Amino acid sequence: MKAPGLLHNNRPLRSAAWAVLPWIVPVLVLLLWHYVSTHGLVSARLFPPPTAVLQTLAELFSSGELWRHISVSFGRAAAGFALGAGLGLILGLLSGLSKTGERLLDTSLQMLRAVPPLALVPLAIMWFGIDETTRVFLIAFATLFPVYLNTYHGIRSLDSGLIEMARNYGLQGWPLIRDVILPGAVPSILVGIRYALSVAWIVLIVAETISASAGVGYLAMTAREFLQTEVVVLSILLYAALGKSTDSAARWLERRWLKWHPSYQREALA
Amino acid sequence: MSIGSSLSGLGGLRRLSANLLPPSDAAELAAYPTVETSVQPGLALTLRGVNKSFGSQAVLQSLDLDIEPGQFVAIVGRSGCGKSTLLRALAGLETVDDGILFSGPAPLSTRRRDIRLMFQDARLLPWFTVLDNIGLGLQGNWRTQALAALEEVGLAAHASKWPYQLSGGQRQRVALARALIHQPSLLLLDEPLGALDALTRLEMQALIERVWRTHRFTVVLVTHEVEEAVALGERVLVMEQGRVALDLNVDLERPRVRTAQNFLGLRETVFERILSR
Repeated sequence: MKAPGLLHNNRPLRSAAWAVLPWIVPVLVLLLWHYVSTHGLVSARLFPPPTAVLQTLAELFSSGELWRHISVSFGRAAAGFALGAGLGLILGLLSGLSKTGERLLDTSLQMLRAVPPLALVPLAIMWFGIDETTRVFLIAFATLFPVYLNTYHGIRSLDSGLIEMARNYGLQGWPLIRDVILPGAVPSILVGIRYALSVAWIVLIVAETISASAGVGYLAMTAREFLQTEVVVLSILLYAALGKSTDSAARWLERRWLKWHPSYQREALA
Repeated sequence: MSIGSSLSGLGGLRRLSANLLPPSDAAELAAYPTVETSVQPGLALTLRGVNKSFGSQAVLQSLDLDIEPGQFVAIVGRSGCGKSTLLRALAGLETVDDGILFSGPAPLSTRRRDIRLMFQDARLLPWFTVLDNIGLGLQGNWRTQALAALEEVGLAAHASKWPYQLSGGQRQRVALARALIHQPSLLLLDEPLGALDALTRLEMQALIERVWRTHRFTVVLVTHEVEEAVALGERVLVMEQGRVALDLNVDLERPRVRTAQNFLGLRETVFERILSR
């Protein structure tokens, strides 16, 4: 009964405990994993101990293989994302800013949006062959819609009072878009970008398992053939790290661009 | 409107900006051409037979109204009496069904640049700092002027803050500064103090009165508070069913003493008119 009281009275200790708290479960899981795989409770071949995974990481790192695969995967994701998100942004701006644009584009895009990107895999292979183009195309297709939708809705859900005020102050055309409409849509556009980033990695993983000659997915697929479970596990962790890092980059952009937004202010201070 | 010409017309603003500036800048500002010194401080308004309806609901019914240049007119009335619609029509935010809105010989629609509107909510752009909000729509070197305008509303220390860091009253002060920098000839106030607490409202009323006495533009204030109308207006209009039901001159010395007998008498007259329906 004394411990909580002690923690409450001792601020540094309490904040240290608070910082450690989220890591207790992951660390316990790792220890348990290590224990069961090294003591023969499960097959070490199917559940390689964390130390084996670490060792593989060190080997791949020192041979330079790791960077090669990561940069290939990252390049594919970046190219597809740039194409898809860029096009989504442009189409979203057209639909959001002009009634004619909305009338012309929105129905078509909503119909295309209903197509699951991965359903296009066979078609994309027939069109582009087993090639980089296929993978970039699939990622671009998947990332276009989240960015399009959020850009469009961000513009359309702007506070009409602000636009009325800006017009009363003589703003129209490009200055109105630059000073009022775009900044107002940025929070929504960033939500779209974050979502598109996560989708880009998911599609990339599938696309890389379709016969690639490099990349994290290739690493995993060849390792599976040779039953190198520790490499497969490492590949999964690599995907997680890549996804996490781009999400962190997007969050960093959010904090930078949304300094004016009260709900991002606290994060920025923390 | 160029920065130089707009600065030259505003005595108070210019004096303040000169104080704020290092000497060299002040000299440079003084060297600006003073083309528009003959500009009228206030806009005259002439409305004849103005009609406006939303669907089958007539909001303004053959309204006639004359307002002298530089006059402070306060409009009160029940909700739906058409007072806000009248203000929005003056601002060009509503088109009227028929009738004319003129300023002197020119249609009011040709004087848009001289008309500025303050809303019940401040409508500051959240992604602009206070200073950038004031400079909205301006080009060239407007920063000194914006600082002077901010000084005039007593917020010079808050220039680089974000709007969300301000209180409601401070936000309305920024909105007022944003209107002032354009050196309007007609300032339209659409219940700008409606959302403020009583004390802040009193401070804002004093500020609006002071600013009007400095610049002498025409003011049309729409409010639901009779005391505010009598405290500020040179003329109080009571609107009823889209028409002017009472047109009352308020010939009291400023600053007005709200407990004085004649003040209370006028307030009572306006109240009775509003309640008589």
